[in-house]
Amino acid sequence: MKRYSAWNVFRNGLSDQKKWDRVWRDPDPKKSYDVVIIGGGLHGLATAYYLAKNHGIKKVAVLEKGWLGGGNAGRNTTIVRSNYMMPDNRRFYEHSLKLWENLSHDLNFNVMFSQRSHVSLFHSPAARDAAARRYNTMRVMNSDGELWDLNRLKREVPHLNYGPDARFPILGAAVQPRAGTARHDAVAWGYARAADSYGVDILQNCEATGVTRAGNQVVSIETSRGLISTKKLGFAVAGNTSRLWRIAGLGRLPIESHKLQAFVSEPLKPLLDQVLAFGVGGAHFYISQSDKGGMVFGGDIDWYKSYAQRGNLPIVQDVAECAMSILPCLGRVRLLRHWAGIMDMSMDGSPFICKTPLSNLYLNAGWNYGGFKASPASGWFFADLIANDQPDPIIANYDLDRFSRGYNIDERGAGPDPKLHG
Amino acid sequence: MIRINCPFCGFRDHSEFTYGGDASIVFPDLDASSEAWIDAVFHRDNIDGVQRETWHHVHGCRMWVVVTRDTVTHEISAVEPAHQGIKLVLEAMTGLSSSDEDQQP
Amino acid sequence: MTGRRVSTGGLIDRERSLEFSWNGERLEGFGGDTLASALLANGKSVVGRSFKYHRPRGVMSAGVEESGALVTLGRAEWSDANVRATTQELYDGLVAKGQNAWPSVEFDLGSVNNLFGRFLAAGFYYKTFMGIPPLEWGTGTGAWMWYEKFIRKAAGMGRASRLPDPDKYEHAHDYCDVLVVGSGPAGEAAAIAAADKGLDVVLVEQDSMLGGDNLVVDTSQSPVSRLAHLESQGIRVMTRTTAFGIYDNLVVGLLERISDHLTDPPTYLPRQRFWTLRPRFIVLATGAIERHLAFGNNDRPGVMTAMAGRAYLNRFGVLVGDKVVVATTNDSAYEVAVDLHHAGAVVSLLDARAQVSSILTDVVQSIGIDLHLASAPLDIKGRRAVRRLLIAKSDGSSWRQAFSKECDSVLVSGGWSPVINLLSHRGVRPIWHRDNACFLAGPTDEFITVAGAAAGIWTKAGCIKSGENAGNIASSAINEKSLYKLSPTSIENSSWSNPIMPLYEIRESNKKLKSFVDFQHDVSAEDVRLAHREGYISVEHLKRYTTLGMATDGGKMGNVIGLALMAEAAGKEIPDIGATVFRPPYTPVSIGALSGRSTGKYFRPLRRTSLHNWNIAHGAVMVETGLWQRPWYYPQPGETLSEAYVREAETTRHSVGLCDVTSLGKISVQGPDASEFLNRIYTNPFAKLPIGKARYGIMLRDDGVVMDDGTTWRLTETDYFMTTTTAHAAQVMAWLEELLQTRWSDLRVHVTSVSDAWAGIAVAGPQSRAVLESNVDNTEDISNENFPFMGVREILLKDGTQCRIARISFSGELAYEVYVPADFGPHVMEKLWTTAKNFGGCLYGLEALGTLRIEKGHVTGAELDGRVTLEDAALGKMASPNKSFIGSTLSRRSELLREDRPQLVGIFPKDRMATFNAGSILKGATSVVECGDGWITAVTHSPELGHWIGIGFISGGRRAWLDKQVFSSDPVRNMDVEVEIVSPHMVDPDGVRLHG
Repeated sequence: MKRYSAWNVFRNGLSDQKKWDRVWRDPDPKKSYDVVIIGGGLHGLATAYYLAKNHGIKKVAVLEKGWLGGGNAGRNTTIVRSNYMMPDNRRFYEHSLKLWENLSHDLNFNVMFSQRSHVSLFHSPAARDAAARRYNTMRVMNSDGELWDLNRLKREVPHLNYGPDARFPILGAAVQPRAGTARHDAVAWGYARAADSYGVDILQNCEATGVTRAGNQVVSIETSRGLISTKKLGFAVAGNTSRLWRIAGLGRLPIESHKLQAFVSEPLKPLLDQVLAFGVGGAHFYISQSDKGGMVFGGDIDWYKSYAQRGNLPIVQDVAECAMSILPCLGRVRLLRHWAGIMDMSMDGSPFICKTPLSNLYLNAGWNYGGFKASPASGWFFADLIANDQPDPIIANYDLDRFSRGYNIDERGAGPDPKLHG
Repeated sequence: MIRINCPFCGFRDHSEFTYGGDASIVFPDLDASSEAWIDAVFHRDNIDGVQRETWHHVHGCRMWVVVTRDTVTHEISAVEPAHQGIKLVLEAMTGLSSSDEDQQP
Repeated sequence: MTGRRVSTGGLIDRERSLEFSWNGERLEGFGGDTLASALLANGKSVVGRSFKYHRPRGVMSAGVEESGALVTLGRAEWSDANVRATTQELYDGLVAKGQNAWPSVEFDLGSVNNLFGRFLAAGFYYKTFMGIPPLEWGTGTGAWMWYEKFIRKAAGMGRASRLPDPDKYEHAHDYCDVLVVGSGPAGEAAAIAAADKGLDVVLVEQDSMLGGDNLVVDTSQSPVSRLAHLESQGIRVMTRTTAFGIYDNLVVGLLERISDHLTDPPTYLPRQRFWTLRPRFIVLATGAIERHLAFGNNDRPGVMTAMAGRAYLNRFGVLVGDKVVVATTNDSAYEVAVDLHHAGAVVSLLDARAQVSSILTDVVQSIGIDLHLASAPLDIKGRRAVRRLLIAKSDGSSWRQAFSKECDSVLVSGGWSPVINLLSHRGVRPIWHRDNACFLAGPTDEFITVAGAAAGIWTKAGCIKSGENAGNIASSAINEKSLYKLSPTSIENSSWSNPIMPLYEIRESNKKLKSFVDFQHDVSAEDVRLAHREGYISVEHLKRYTTLGMATDGGKMGNVIGLALMAEAAGKEIPDIGATVFRPPYTPVSIGALSGRSTGKYFRPLRRTSLHNWNIAHGAVMVETGLWQRPWYYPQPGETLSEAYVREAETTRHSVGLCDVTSLGKISVQGPDASEFLNRIYTNPFAKLPIGKARYGIMLRDDGVVMDDGTTWRLTETDYFMTTTTAHAAQVMAWLEELLQTRWSDLRVHVTSVSDAWAGIAVAGPQSRAVLESNVDNTEDISNENFPFMGVREILLKDGTQCRIARISFSGELAYEVYVPADFGPHVMEKLWTTAKNFGGCLYGLEALGTLRIEKGHVTGAELDGRVTLEDAALGKMASPNKSFIGSTLSRRSELLREDRPQLVGIFPKDRMATFNAGSILKGATSVVECGDGWITAVTHSPELGHWIGIGFISGGRRAWLDKQVFSSDPVRNMDVEVEIVSPHMVDPDGVRLHG
């Protein structure tokens, strides 16, 4: 793998960009692997990378039915934060944030993680106190978190609707300074390139069509590119987990597939430095500005179960209303594109990284809204689980049985209704 | 916009409704076992294809309806009242089950 | 380029002269001009700058596909960035300026990037800016964030206003049988055919004038007479209206631009209107967009599509140049050459094809146009304008520079791309049509068809026929309910007499050219090849890596060329690379239009109780609780919040206080099985609640976690009145309906939300009975004996007002909740207040309500946060052991029964003078639990106890922390206080006062 650096950018500039390597090979499937990961998204690619890097397991294949990074990897709003409150999520997402902070160097690929801070507005004393509990929990668990009063907020984030006509006047904000955004495609490509350099085979256009079992053990995977046998198998196909679960001949999961839309405006000169989150009166909205200048924003899921990667107008209107409500200067700014991705919505809004009823099958699923920011830690701990066949304590409660025990990791307190965990 | 043919109100935008969930779930008796309840409350087939699901016409007649819908294409093939008694009365009144009706809005 | 207005012709109104400003310069145009045509007529060639290299950009098209002429319109709060000059109608007083340039688009210092272009290839930023150069030393994000500041400033296009958008927008809804998108020959024919069959037809046209291609090709019929004709057929015609997206069930989003073309729009007009249209059938007669070709410096001002050159001449009376080279791969540009020739330009025509039938060549050669076959543009000389074109000749396999021509504009036709974007929104994959060198609609069984050029039909007669056919298909689909399926084979294509040459790029081996594919984003042919070398081969990787097609034109100009170049590099066919999925909207839609009127204070409905005005008239300061505004406190002159609530709480405890509790949810539960129903949904027994009694009840969710609490009053054998919390009123109502309709259809129970039917007033405090006594008709009704604690009575006030009163208490005092029909609320409140004043009573708001309930350890939403069990909330005794109820089974799961779960406690500061905050974390001094041992949900100053108190949860509850040191830790507000864990029942723990 030729290193990426300013020096090599300069040298290639002098030689017509002819000396760059391929970012990843396009290998034919081998007959067998030590580990096969199904799902060439961020989580699958990161898993393969950490299997090779942390555990020395390099005879690994990542199977992707389309093109790597073509699912939710490229359909999110690129926000990275760790402002979770429930202890399991706190530890997990904090680990992820720490990996993010050095990810560009680790992968030698600029994933453009910019710690521009995540600013979550509140509008009532009750909401302020709820935010205080969350951000205090972050602080006592050695993360970063601040409360900004109105004066500070006005200084840091001008142009918000601080006027008297705001339906919900802003009182202040809870802030995580280390949070920010990253370039989502670059993360997929960076992991793919780095995994590939360890010898991981990334098999694109390779759809898993069947799982061959011997008892409760996986023997091989039938794919559109032939039969592949493997010692261990991992699923990392959030959005389509239930489909694959059925292919493996397994039963039901605490997961429903829902779609989440994302939006980008035409490119503008810098207008908003931070990631802004807004949630009051049933609204749910987040917005940031990409380095290219587009306002990137999103809101709630579409509220009904769906496997269609396209959204509908009610949510389009809803997010536009939210945008105008906090940034009324956006009225003349134009929406350039909107699209949708399919989320695994789980019964408590938290994920699964766990063993399964099959002895050598491992599951990585249920990412709800948290998938993008979770990618590094998800790959890290999933690789660890696959390599050691037992979960790290940090993910010990990300198991499928937690509902039987009554161990809900419910950040929203919304209960066992997947659509409410948006 | 999904258009749902409410048996009481006619074709309406889905934004008038809220999605309930998988209508195939049979909730057990209140004193049923923990296993039965865990399965009903937490586990889903999560079908990629045609499923029966509940919707609540919350900004309309406030009736719960059972919709048969393809979760991949969003195409709806039948809508009927969730309440079994009302469903029977409605069928008796109209002489046909709501699923026979023309679904094109 | 030296564009100029010709003396006659066009659809412009030469009588109506319009003055406008371009970069501060006053210029003139005519009615019917676009900003682009007016700029061209004034000889303005450089009107923009590209995204990355800041290369000069001119007008490149005459439509929505414009990738070069993006400008900023208007001033201050009206400023509107990234406006396509090609679709912006000119109006008197229009103000426009160039963007993404400093100091100006004519001379832009940013163009220095161009010099470094060799280093700034596609995706170079993924390879550097990570650390300290040259080898990217260091860790963390610091280096990137330093570079990023400069990159962000350089990126972006126009600058958005920072001021609130001053305009108004509207939403509207409509229905029709057939929606026809596009008013060209095909759309017009389709609309008329469908209307002939008696169908309700809506025809939308994004342009200000009807006619589509007719506006360029055949201006004999005026757009006005077209409109009259269509409307006489009963067709509803909407111009300046874009169908921007098709969603499920063929619901279409339309954007109607109402006042964007007006100098001084009347204030009653919205700027734009967003329509949600629900047609039964859609005909896409959306035409086709002409493609460019990739060749050296093909982005220079003066290069545009051939059809654009013709449009500027025939529609706008502007000749784009005097020495014009028209370069084509197909027949369509011949007429362009002829028209420009007749208008007085010296025209040369390059046809990349070696053989073309003499019918065509005779036409141009007979009038003296210089025609070169097997010739194509190779490179342009000239920096801010076209000076000379180097021309290549083909020997059948490769291109070689042959000769050059001095010229001032180059009009290019690289083929046509049918506009099937809207089908793409429905997930319909396009299919590559090799003979026509374009993508055509793929199959769908939804009620959509494609007609005219959008279906790959290039002749006017063919388009009209296909339009009529589409109208008939719509009619049979709707009227005869015949099965319908759009399949690609059903699209008859009537292509040109000479086949198009599938040519996308002209280059000479070993010659370095700057050939652009995506003009706005400076994506070059070399960038596409670099993406291929690096392995970004699929169309999805290509577009994300190079940003091809991600600009404001959404890839309308460049996508097909990019795909073709990638296919060539990969040695594949175009379909093997993939087809671009177009996402909505078709053209960008303002966020203002999408949000309509739901902005500012109308963002969400405001819920007010019927006492709202009364409360405000009596000095209430309001606070947001969900969608409600409720009284927060009633300050006396000069009082702060703290002073006011302490006084209110104190007064209530010692005399009497009145509080508006109207926002509580109220549900009428009626029917023979109502008792059984309530007994199933509440954790505590309800089967034997006597008539005339109320009972506090708690509902759990299926998973055994607390959902809501409230009191339910039994009015008659079969009639109950349930109250819920304000926050969960809607959720509880939907939940009860769900249970009754989906799970327990056998129960004969009806529930009705009566929340808005009743006003509720809490009368609390030792004098509360006295206050009621003064107001009721018969004081015996409310004596302690006749109206005991938890009693419910229908009572007449002295003035005859019927009240429903329960003796229930949230404050822990002798108290009543008085409900009256909502409209009577202010009247009854006034009566009660008049009396209460005599007892030294007060009005109290939410803050004092909080004080009273915290002192008593009563829980609210702050405690019942969706994760708390009955036991956690110290309400374990509310679970009946003798019955099953919703949630009873799952509430017994092992984790929910752990003794060390956080449990409700009261909290005192160790130093009674200290204060502390809600939201603080409770930590034992010797605790090893990383996340803390608990948290504080609510605090108040307790007038009864004379110091601050709080309630919250701590692991194991109070017993686990007896004699242990505990701190309240509040790092986000820098407040750490030692606290004492006490019983949550901090005032009158035995409830003596309730029964007073």
